[in-house]
Amino acid sequence: MFNLTLTELATRLAQGDFSSVELTQAYLDRIKALDSQYNAFITLAADSALEQAKQADELRKKGQVGLLSGLPIAHKDLFCTAGLKTSCGSKMLDSFISPYNATLVERLNQAGAVTLGKTNMDEFAMGSSNESSYYGPVRNPWDKDRVPGGSSGGSAAAVAARLVPACTGSDTGGSIRQPAALCGITGLKPTYGRISRYGMVAYASSFDQAGPMTRSAEDAALMLQVMAGLDPLDSTSADQPVPDYRAHLNDSLAGLKIGLPKEYFAEGLDPGIAQQVQAAIQEFERMGAQVKEVSLPNTELCIPAYYILAPAEASSNLSRFDGVRYGYRCEDPVDLEDLYKRSRGEGFGSEVKRRIMVGTYALSEGFYDAYYRKAQQIRRMIQQDFLTVLNDVDVIMAPTTPQPAFKLGEKNSDPVAMYMEDIYTLSLNLAGLPGMSIPCGQSQGLPVGLQIIGSYFSEAKLLNIAHQFQLATDWHQQSPAGL
Amino acid sequence: MSLDKSDIERIAHLARLDISEQEVPEYAKSISSILNLIDQMQATDTAGVLPLAHPLDAVQRLRKDEVSESNQRECLQQNAPAIEDGLFLVPRVIE
Repeated sequence: MFNLTLTELATRLAQGDFSSVELTQAYLDRIKALDSQYNAFITLAADSALEQAKQADELRKKGQVGLLSGLPIAHKDLFCTAGLKTSCGSKMLDSFISPYNATLVERLNQAGAVTLGKTNMDEFAMGSSNESSYYGPVRNPWDKDRVPGGSSGGSAAAVAARLVPACTGSDTGGSIRQPAALCGITGLKPTYGRISRYGMVAYASSFDQAGPMTRSAEDAALMLQVMAGLDPLDSTSADQPVPDYRAHLNDSLAGLKIGLPKEYFAEGLDPGIAQQVQAAIQEFERMGAQVKEVSLPNTELCIPAYYILAPAEASSNLSRFDGVRYGYRCEDPVDLEDLYKRSRGEGFGSEVKRRIMVGTYALSEGFYDAYYRKAQQIRRMIQQDFLTVLNDVDVIMAPTTPQPAFKLGEKNSDPVAMYMEDIYTLSLNLAGLPGMSIPCGQSQGLPVGLQIIGSYFSEAKLLNIAHQFQLATDWHQQSPAGL
Repeated sequence: MSLDKSDIERIAHLARLDISEQEVPEYAKSISSILNLIDQMQATDTAGVLPLAHPLDAVQRLRKDEVSESNQRECLQQNAPAIEDGLFLVPRVIE
């Protein structure tokens, strides 16, 4: 049961092989038995999950079946879930019970999904290792001494450890794709605006994008079908039609033009990863794709531009945590300024405070042109690089990360070393483009992610390409030893 | 770019963050190294490049100016650290 994909489970539920209540109970028992090894969950929602499962079973008897009827999933703990704690991995929101549902939670509920719980994450989605969580680090199911990646590390580890068949995640600089790569699962970051941000705790609003984290591209298509679409409650959600993502999964890849950016295969890339990615490219050539080298000349400017813009937006977004309306409040404040400063000083962890300070500095008087405006100009140059290349090829392929999963504590004391982890992923968030990471091999016994990057709103094409690869290979079916 | 103790204290004040004396040297060191990383972009000529604020250059959609939400004060104040008579409590501001 635990090795079945979401799509397979949907078939089994439809056949009556088991009920959603049985399926949900089995997963809840498995999480209770095993999650102490991984720390992937912050909150387990056993009662409400069984209630949702019971309802799905009853509706099924009446012939009312949604796309995800009775299927168990979990949400990254930055999506607001009515009646459940939404902590964002922070002491600041440790006692916050969301009064409403995020739009994507609402949509998944409406489609019949069952929420097993909320998954661990880097605090306020700021991190690449899940070590900045107030609730402690998550362990990678492939090697428990290693990180699962971040910030959606709990979601990635939970799917990899078969604690849940699919999760939601969010990606501001790589937070879906990088943990998906490090844990050997499938992760999709859609085009900016494809999925509503309403009810998703904001980190950097012009970058943040939600997406599915699953065992297969077929499952990602199923999840995206429900999650995507215009939302009047998010003025940046895209007013674009939502295609039938599953209808294109079996399109032929003959004649597909793939670009390989030479900057993504340069110094610093693990040789094992380079080899696996090249082998994956050859697989696509066998399917009839044409491959050529391309160039994204401003690649090295991505990290500098991102680490101005994202912290600047974060410093503004996180000013709402003031100890007055919700969230952590310090003991015995002597005056209003003391209330603000100590509530924020005690409620936020060190990486969050560091990014707030970087952003505050960049936006402070006299520095705006040198930092913020300059970074926004570079953001356009990076977008132009991509548009030029995507005019010439259909998709770009590259490694998702420069290294496989690293050891817990290895990069924790050096923020700059940690930031380099996102070198191949955050360029897409700067440009707002969609990207996927799918498992394509192993290096040093650890999963390797292949990144597939497309034009705006080309999610159907990306899912098609990923699905064809998963029909031809079995990397996505491999599971960590001992499961 | 290298920040010293007084820079960190000034930024922390602007951001309304209480930072302990012991934490200041670590923040000075790590934020200085982040700014050094960021300063790589200063060598790039960006003259004439239009800043990009939003990846799809979208504009704000307008909606009809009509009431769409009901008053949910009690529900929304359930997460408040301190309230009284529907008001948020803070330390006295005006003596």
